[in-house]
Amino acid sequence: MKFKSWKDLPEGAIVRDVPTSPEFKTGDWKSRTPKYIPEKCTHDLLCWLYCPDSAIHVKDGKIEKFDLDYCKGCGICASICPQDAIEMVEEEV
Amino acid sequence: MKKKILSLKELSERTYGLASGHRACAGCPFPSIVKMILGSSDYPVVVANATGCLEVVTTIFPYTAWPVPWIHSAFENVAATISGVETAFKALQNKGVMPADRKVNFVAFGGDGGTYDIGLQSLSGAMERRHNFLYVLYDNQAYMNTGIQRSSATPFGAHTTTSPAGKVIPGKVQHRKDITEIVAAHDIPYAAQASPSHWGDLIRKARRAFEIEGPKFIAVISPCVPGWGYDESESIELARLAVETCFWPLYEIDNGIYKLNYKPKNKLPVKVWLEKQARFKHLLDKPELIDEIQNKIDEKWKKLLWLDGKKVED
Repeated sequence: MKFKSWKDLPEGAIVRDVPTSPEFKTGDWKSRTPKYIPEKCTHDLLCWLYCPDSAIHVKDGKIEKFDLDYCKGCGICASICPQDAIEMVEEEV
Repeated sequence: MKKKILSLKELSERTYGLASGHRACAGCPFPSIVKMILGSSDYPVVVANATGCLEVVTTIFPYTAWPVPWIHSAFENVAATISGVETAFKALQNKGVMPADRKVNFVAFGGDGGTYDIGLQSLSGAMERRHNFLYVLYDNQAYMNTGIQRSSATPFGAHTTTSPAGKVIPGKVQHRKDITEIVAAHDIPYAAQASPSHWGDLIRKARRAFEIEGPKFIAVISPCVPGWGYDESESIELARLAVETCFWPLYEIDNGIYKLNYKPKNKLPVKVWLEKQARFKHLLDKPELIDEIQNKIDEKWKKLLWLDGKKVED
């Protein structure tokens, strides 16, 4: 990777077309993976609210998908879910 | 009339919070706090950020996780920075560059280091000058970003790298200062304490703050996985227990009137909260120190029960 010189950087280090962080995947941090059980889900959206990585997508008030490209495997979603509709599964090495 | 509380469905239609790909530790609860604050605003939001975990992990150049205009200048001056932004906006309105009826909410985020300690003077100044902004403190109770050094938000007895528990001292030997009361002493229109675990309360407080003109302050407890020492899935549970033990009472001071927003049915002993955290594990065989922490909590709780519903000057 070739680093840019200061002359190539935008003035004031202003980043436009935000957010740009999705270019950086954080999914490989995890050692456990959430397993979503749709039959148990009541779509109360608590997992969406508390997912620190915005890795749970919601569409029209319903859970749409878990984005494992960014999920860091913290397990807050599984621990917060009153319906036990999410289980954390240890990744095999 | 505008709705005071939003359902999570409504919140999800307004914001997704910070974008994915930020580098906060797994299980860090502050992205949820940001989500609730940003989603609570009915108008576009401009954010200033003090140096700290939140700033560092969300804006590693050229990446940024913020979906809104965002500025950082230094550790000690986030309140001065947002004052400048707010004043510049007003000046543009006065010059006719910006439509006079455009509404924008200005929000400053600071950690406990940037609020209790390093940024206190700029916060005090901005409140005294009566700038129109909301200051959100995410309080993780030490300098976590630089490797867990004590701050004036660190509770009594907590182990940090600069208040190490051992033969000489049992963790931090001083009690934390009461930032919400210090801020409220500036006689600002709105100051409150909230917790991410009680999301309805936090959203209501943010929405209440946004409808008031002038300086507003919300202190939000933000448990820290490496700093407090607990399993990363338990961040929200730790915030909830801080409320249930009355270590972190949920209250607000709205135009001088105190209001206790949540009274636990069974006030849990603080030990329940302490024993879940590695930073307090050396206290478990020292009941006299736990008693000291408990007494401090009870004192404050008693005071709040008395103040509940009263005006400051009553």
